[in-house]
Amino acid sequence: MALWTLFGLSEGKATTRWPGSGGEDGQAGVLGMPRYAPERCEAGCTECAAVCPSGAIAPAAGAPGGIALDYGRCVVCQLCTEACPTGALSPSHDWAFGVRRREDLVWSATPVSAPAAAADRPSPAFRRSLHIRHVDAGSCNGCESELQALNNPFYNLHRLGIFFTASPRFADLLLVTGAVTHAMQGPLRATWEAMPEPRFVMAAGTCAVSGGIAAGGYACASGLEGVLPVDLYLPGCPPNPAAIITALLTLQGRAGQRVAGGRYGE
Amino acid sequence: MNGAETASISCESMPEIARALFASGGRMQMVYGWQPEPGATELCYLASPAEAGRFLLWRCRPVGEVRSLAAIWPSLGWYEREIMDLFGLGFREHPEPNRLVLAEEIPPPFDQGAGHRALVRAADIPRPLPELAAPEVQTLPFGPVRADVVESAEFTFFYVGEQILHYHPHLFFKHRGMELRFAGLAPLAGAVLAERVSGVGSVAHALAYCQAIEAACLCEVPKRAEWLRVLLAELERVYNHLHYLGHLAATTTLKVGEAEGKLLEERAKQINARLTGSRFLRGVIAPGGLRRDLAPGDWLRAALEALWAETARYVDLLEHSDSHLDRLITTGRLPRRVALDQGATGPVQRASGINRDLRRDHPYAAYGDLPLSVPVREAGDAYARSAVRAAEIDASVALMQQVLLLLEEGPVRNDAVTRSEAEGLGWAESPRGTLFYAVHVGTDGRLARVKIKSPSFSNWRVFPFTVHETNMMDYAINEASFGLTVAGCAR
Repeated sequence: MALWTLFGLSEGKATTRWPGSGGEDGQAGVLGMPRYAPERCEAGCTECAAVCPSGAIAPAAGAPGGIALDYGRCVVCQLCTEACPTGALSPSHDWAFGVRRREDLVWSATPVSAPAAAADRPSPAFRRSLHIRHVDAGSCNGCESELQALNNPFYNLHRLGIFFTASPRFADLLLVTGAVTHAMQGPLRATWEAMPEPRFVMAAGTCAVSGGIAAGGYACASGLEGVLPVDLYLPGCPPNPAAIITALLTLQGRAGQRVAGGRYGE
Repeated sequence: MNGAETASISCESMPEIARALFASGGRMQMVYGWQPEPGATELCYLASPAEAGRFLLWRCRPVGEVRSLAAIWPSLGWYEREIMDLFGLGFREHPEPNRLVLAEEIPPPFDQGAGHRALVRAADIPRPLPELAAPEVQTLPFGPVRADVVESAEFTFFYVGEQILHYHPHLFFKHRGMELRFAGLAPLAGAVLAERVSGVGSVAHALAYCQAIEAACLCEVPKRAEWLRVLLAELERVYNHLHYLGHLAATTTLKVGEAEGKLLEERAKQINARLTGSRFLRGVIAPGGLRRDLAPGDWLRAALEALWAETARYVDLLEHSDSHLDRLITTGRLPRRVALDQGATGPVQRASGINRDLRRDHPYAAYGDLPLSVPVREAGDAYARSAVRAAEIDASVALMQQVLLLLEEGPVRNDAVTRSEAEGLGWAESPRGTLFYAVHVGTDGRLARVKIKSPSFSNWRVFPFTVHETNMMDYAINEASFGLTVAGCAR
């Protein structure tokens, strides 16, 4: 055992200082949601909608650019950025997409960026300590892989006072991944009902937000839509660990929301 | 079907063919159904020959119930149950004719008017559990929501004290009906979907799928794309195996060993992102080659070299940790015979002395041009399974360094134009084992039927045989040593 102690000591600290100042978020190169600039769209062009495999982009006559864009359905496949002839949809590193209201994931010509009602927010009591119960409601295991990464030494989620807990009785937040299969609806609901109030729900990953690429069919619902009330939506396929941390901090009121009306700001 | 030696036969001759295959040393891989036209179901049996050579595919049109082959090839039992669920087609003399993938009794979702429902099986409960009258035997249903961040699945244990008498996993809470989601898609969109069948197997799934499409439309892939595909597939193997070692150390409560394994996994994922823009290496592989060229410059060679050195040191430390080894050696022993009969695949079969690897036996991408070492162990215990994976990391990095040396400039994509009613078989040795995609294109050039044979579906079927009559304390270690995913199994 002394072996490992010496090894650990000799390795030094592996944890990033991020989101504190001067730290790396670890996401160099990671592509995020495509950025949309409708003023570059050519009239009548719907190439992006034709290749979008999850229905995030749909033709919409009359809308600027002629399409409707819902980041809540985007699986970050980048096909639209490759199909777009003018660069109206371009690759970006915009991955911190956690929002309190579902509408904020839908691109809007006139974004309403009024802050979400104060009643939606956790009380200040949760700012320093948040306990999470995760439920996989039918994911591809990509989201689990990134959630598991939160406890690796690089992100070390504990340092932020955020913990995963086994029992829903001790949980403040229900973090749901997956498109919500019919078979998982019951266990998911039972978990939520076992949680003490106030309780919060986070839809992590595009599948949990809208069903994503697996929505519908004979086995799946459309994510948490109509299943549970959601306090924080984080699309991504999967959302990377830094995106998940940012979203958790947003829920706690420790970080601002980056996205309003489908636009990514600083 | 392109990619396999195909024969149309009558369903009645299948038992004889299955016995002959067994005698020849070949191996049945899967059976699946599809409907070439509404109202007509066809069964396709896929097998690999004893030695390297072409895969074998038998297709037949059932009239009434079909004779189950589970008595000859136990590994086909689950495939037949899935066909019963999805097509409503009955199998005679099936030892376990229970529902498998469907959560509830619904009309068979893949059946378009064949009306097999009239023929359906008798038993219709999803969990074939033994009846136990002995009062000292306790039952523990565990899941589908379990402690920690894990995939949903329900495990039922029958036990006395520490001793597990019987174990039954119920793995299809997460069945998303992914195979049916392919129907009607354009081939390119199918690649995006394939990447999302099993997230930590994104490359293998996209690769097997695209190779099936390329076989169907007789499309050549440019050389550079073939080499880069090898690079992507091995990057996937490395981060998966590092995760595996870290997770295994967690189950033996080796805390620093866990932290180091997961830190190395994180480094590998960050390398993935820097190379492709995705920590899961998504969005690159497409029918006909790659969607865009990659620039694996000198930085990648240096990064892999550093990761390799750290991994070697880490594995060496694990090898010198008695507390870790004590929990692995002799735990969850899988005999070679059971591994063969039940269809074990990947590192799991190679740890039980079965020397099979698709990359060497049925080369694809650029594997035929590369010297590949395939680690094999004989013991079949948890230690052998972890040793195979640790050695595979080594082999993977060596392979990638080769690719980086040999990689030449050139185009990375050809057009893959699907013809009406084309069919193709694609395969890949994923980090977890044999993965097949069988693709049938419709008259409109879009996907009509896509069947996925995933390694976790095979290995989950095998796993319970190593749990019965072992003890509770070893369970988590044994499960971790198999390195299974539920998403790949449930699809």
